[in-house]
Amino acid sequence: MRKFKEFIIEKLILICGIASIFFVILIFLFLLKEGLSVFKTITPLKFIFGKNWYPISEPAQLGILPLILGSLLVTLGAAIISIPIGVACAVYIAEIAPLKIKEILKAGIELLAAIPSVVLGFIGIVTLVPWVKNIFNIPTGLTALSGSIMLAFMATPTIVSIAEDALYSVPKSYKEGAFALGATHWQTIWRVILPAASSGILAAVMLGIGRVIGETMAVMMITGNAAVIPHSFLAPLRTLTATIAAEMGEAVVASEHYFALFAIGIVLFVISFVVNVTADLFLHKGQ
Amino acid sequence: MFNPQRTQKIAFFFLFLATLLIVIPVGLIVVIIIQKGLPAINWQFISDIPRQGMRSGGIFPAILGTIYLVLGAIIFALPIGLLAAIYLSEYAKDNFWTRIIKLSIVNLAGVPSVIYGLFGLALFVVFLKFGASILSGSLTLGIMILPIIITASREALESVPYSFREVSLSLGASKWQTIRHIVLPNAIPGILTGTILGLGRAAGETAPILFTVAAFYLPRLPKSIFDQAMALPYHLYVISTQVPNVDEKIRYGTALVLLTLVLFMNLIAIIIRYRFRKKKKW
Repeated sequence: MRKFKEFIIEKLILICGIASIFFVILIFLFLLKEGLSVFKTITPLKFIFGKNWYPISEPAQLGILPLILGSLLVTLGAAIISIPIGVACAVYIAEIAPLKIKEILKAGIELLAAIPSVVLGFIGIVTLVPWVKNIFNIPTGLTALSGSIMLAFMATPTIVSIAEDALYSVPKSYKEGAFALGATHWQTIWRVILPAASSGILAAVMLGIGRVIGETMAVMMITGNAAVIPHSFLAPLRTLTATIAAEMGEAVVASEHYFALFAIGIVLFVISFVVNVTADLFLHKGQ
Repeated sequence: MFNPQRTQKIAFFFLFLATLLIVIPVGLIVVIIIQKGLPAINWQFISDIPRQGMRSGGIFPAILGTIYLVLGAIIFALPIGLLAAIYLSEYAKDNFWTRIIKLSIVNLAGVPSVIYGLFGLALFVVFLKFGASILSGSLTLGIMILPIIITASREALESVPYSFREVSLSLGASKWQTIRHIVLPNAIPGILTGTILGLGRAAGETAPILFTVAAFYLPRLPKSIFDQAMALPYHLYVISTQVPNVDEKIRYGTALVLLTLVLFMNLIAIIIRYRFRKKKKW
């Protein structure tokens, strides 16, 4: 009897063990099931490279190029800001900060990671957006720049914590060797520790960027929601994620618009899949 | 030639500056929200329903909705996540399939939250016909926090020393008895920490509940799990972007309640972790 009970429990454990695979496949299948229907009316090339996104006009124009460029532009801006700051902060925490300050800084970073994105979006609306408007003297502060700054801020916890782990796991003997040869602490960091941790830092950067591409609420609230091809950092735009979040509420189930939003979901899923798998490869290469 | 000592000083100064650039805004955000939100908080704000198109009254239905959603998510995710962690830490061999499982967990953790919203809409709301309901929202959030629970529980289980298991097995206990009576009890604080962090994440997310449960304005309490509900993060989104002329105070007050809820859970998780680390017997 006990053997039978244990047999059941162990099978249950095995089933739950593979549940993650099941859910990933399920998510992908349901995105495909709903999203692929849009290609009955529009070719994939026209969908991705179409310059006009007017989903509710007659006939609907479903080109997501403005959305892709919108996502790319804010991601680029966020990467330019967050990568140097994030990696520098990770080096400071891992190598320079005294133990007590280190604990405080890590708690601060964890705090940032815990703040819900809708709260950051709200804070962005009441602080960052008016600042950008006044500093650049433009009609609206809801711009790509505001979005980039906020997203950079949101990506730093990911970059800092993973990069810090990578720096921390560099063997102590490397550092001692460099010191023994008369290198200063900074020379050791720059020439020995950073190169040794490079694959982990690369993974940190990739995961940070993955976080930026997938971020929805804050970016929807502060980039102005204009589905046009963006020409500068000081113009409003709209990302892939924000389009889904803003329009799905109004799309009629099983309409062309509904299918098109799921097709955008497929694009996002594939991007995040590639980013995560590549980052994971880098992390394992480091070990 | 550069003086290496001076170069070091300059470099360290910039590293310090970068750190301040992250930490100071975090502090400022928390301070601003507390300072401007606190005057809005009173018993009526916490316990009343929204009135006059959300421009006055309280946010009780949103608070209750979020609590229901979070509890639903954890009821679904904790058993599956815990058993999955037991599988990975106690049973899985280091082979191709285990590698695929780990990769799937990494992917689940990295999928954008709005994709969970789409998935929840397609599977629970439309395909299984649960409609926009607490049930659909809870299941969607549950799948979203699964990787957090699995990863934390696995770490907790793996940190139990191997010798504990050997002793138990050598006394004639079966593998499951060893897990149930030796490994699990010693891993509980770590599992609890992961669970609470998952709860905090579920409480703060907006995108997954947008199309699966959230009601724009529903000035009554949900009656069953098949009912729609308001939720705090979505309510904050609505009153800060969709409804004009909402009093600043109400916006900040809502942000403060949400932030407090999320940070409180994180604080509990940190305290449990800290106390456990101190009491550790090995």
